[in-house]
Amino acid sequence: MGVSSVHALQWKSLLLNNRCFGRYGVLGWRQYSVWNSVEDQYNGLYPGHIPTNPVQKALLAVGSGVVALQDPYRHDMVAVLGETTGHLALIRLRDRMRNNPEGYSILIERPRIRLCTLNLSRMSSLPEGSLGREYLNFLEKNRVTPDSRADVKFVDNEELAYVMQRYREVHDLMHTLLGMPTNMLGEVAVKWFEAAQTGLPMCILGAALGPLRLSASRLQSLMTSLGPWALRSGSQARCVLSVFYERRWEQNLEELREELNIEPPPLILTASKKAPTADLHQ
Amino acid sequence: MAASFRLLARRALCHSTQIVNPAYRSGITGSGCRAEVTICRCYSDGSEEKSTHFGFQTVPEGEKAERVYKVFESVAKKYDVMNDAMSLGIHRLWKDMLLHIMNPQPGTRLLDTAGGTGDISFRFLEYTRSMQERQQRMAVKSNQTPSWQDIADSYAAEDADTVLPETRAVVCDINKEMLKVGKERAESQGYSAGLSWVVGDAEELPFDDDQFDIYTIAFGIRNVTHIEQALQEALRVLKPGGRFMCLEFSKVSNPLLSKLYDAYSFQVIPVLGEVIAGDWKSYQYLVESIRRFPDQETFKNMIEDAGFFRVQYFNLTGGVVAVHSGFKL
Repeated sequence: MGVSSVHALQWKSLLLNNRCFGRYGVLGWRQYSVWNSVEDQYNGLYPGHIPTNPVQKALLAVGSGVVALQDPYRHDMVAVLGETTGHLALIRLRDRMRNNPEGYSILIERPRIRLCTLNLSRMSSLPEGSLGREYLNFLEKNRVTPDSRADVKFVDNEELAYVMQRYREVHDLMHTLLGMPTNMLGEVAVKWFEAAQTGLPMCILGAALGPLRLSASRLQSLMTSLGPWALRSGSQARCVLSVFYERRWEQNLEELREELNIEPPPLILTASKKAPTADLHQ
Repeated sequence: MAASFRLLARRALCHSTQIVNPAYRSGITGSGCRAEVTICRCYSDGSEEKSTHFGFQTVPEGEKAERVYKVFESVAKKYDVMNDAMSLGIHRLWKDMLLHIMNPQPGTRLLDTAGGTGDISFRFLEYTRSMQERQQRMAVKSNQTPSWQDIADSYAAEDADTVLPETRAVVCDINKEMLKVGKERAESQGYSAGLSWVVGDAEELPFDDDQFDIYTIAFGIRNVTHIEQALQEALRVLKPGGRFMCLEFSKVSNPLLSKLYDAYSFQVIPVLGEVIAGDWKSYQYLVESIRRFPDQETFKNMIEDAGFFRVQYFNLTGGVVAVHSGFKL
């Protein structure tokens, strides 16, 4: 796959020469520069890769699971849990992407969703109801940025690492497609959708344990309408990672939902006025 | 030992080329003798920097200090939590043992280099305080018929500081973040009398000669770029009769324990670093730097070469940690 290796190099160079670098959350971004300032070469298959053996992966999975449960604001722990437990699901996802022509082009071209790769001025000039415009509205209303996704560290295959990274970056688009805000209820609904779609153990765990933190009335609405809708949409929909969103900013959101076989949301939820929100994705 | 010959050779070269190359004396890395560098220059293609180890990586010497600084800057906040987690609390026993061997008397001046979060200094102040109280109690007991002068003195002494005025602990560290954490701990635990915090490089201490009775460096010397330099500085700032003490990870002699220790170090500790502090690579550096540090005998010889006498070491936990001690005479 000569072409894909060229694009793989471009992906890696975007990671290395990262001028549009965002926060790591728990870690300061200075952290990144300690270990990558010197080297053009790096240990591992991609920048940020830390090779681990099965024992270390098991320990990481257990440790990160415990910490993530205790403190859901530790986004990096949720990320690590996803990476260490998601090998089989990532392979399945990658194969689904390969079998789809659009997904295959994503695997070859390796697009990244970051503030520096988005043409914000063009997107804000798009009409209301288009994917690009709705996405920007979502980012603004919920006060989130696509740059706060942690980089993949513990996946030992370069292509699967990209699939994981793509999953993380497309999460906000999921929110837009499903019309869910970033409060707890919205996150749980999206988690159910993703669990049905991707089968990642971290999503399944989040989907199972997320409802425990909801109030009774929200739990009610989750169980009766949002939950079944999310599961239905998730299992019926086309693979959402196989959609080249970067080429579809002008497309109407409703039209895209129909194309992907996602039902429109049964309830309209509004974004909460206060930050911070618990992040169950990564 | 090879290390001592190198040191002697370097010193000899230094003296002989001192007159010839005064311009090189202002070392960037703080190295006192640039003779080796000038000779290297003849053979290399103009790159001045020698390289040294940073864990299992090789880096230019000038860079190691900066990288170590950044490592400790990032781990400072979770340093104590991680210490407890990694050593299962045993590091407290090691530090207590260091104090026990040190057996400081009230009125001692301590320099705690690479003291960071202040563990050794706090223990030192506790020890001297309790020693002082015990001495006072024994003095009272033996003083069955005090004179009027003694009784008057004891009234005055009741208001005085519980710490003897001369008992001083100076915490010196190159890293401001670690000192910041240390100061906060001191406040919360109530240590203030006789404690100072100084930013300084172990290779170039900001103190005059012959200042301190005891010099300690606990789990810090393996991070120093030029260990011999740090040892010479220690010799300089100690008073004659002063004691040098170093607590550091060392080589485990028992092969079974060594295998277990290696497995634990490389499998578990970086994972703990990632899970608790969110930083795998700093703790990977930590366990690698332990492996790169010389063993007990080699380090003992290095201390002797620096000019200390009566150098001995005590193994703790089967050699996982060793306390080296030497005297300046």
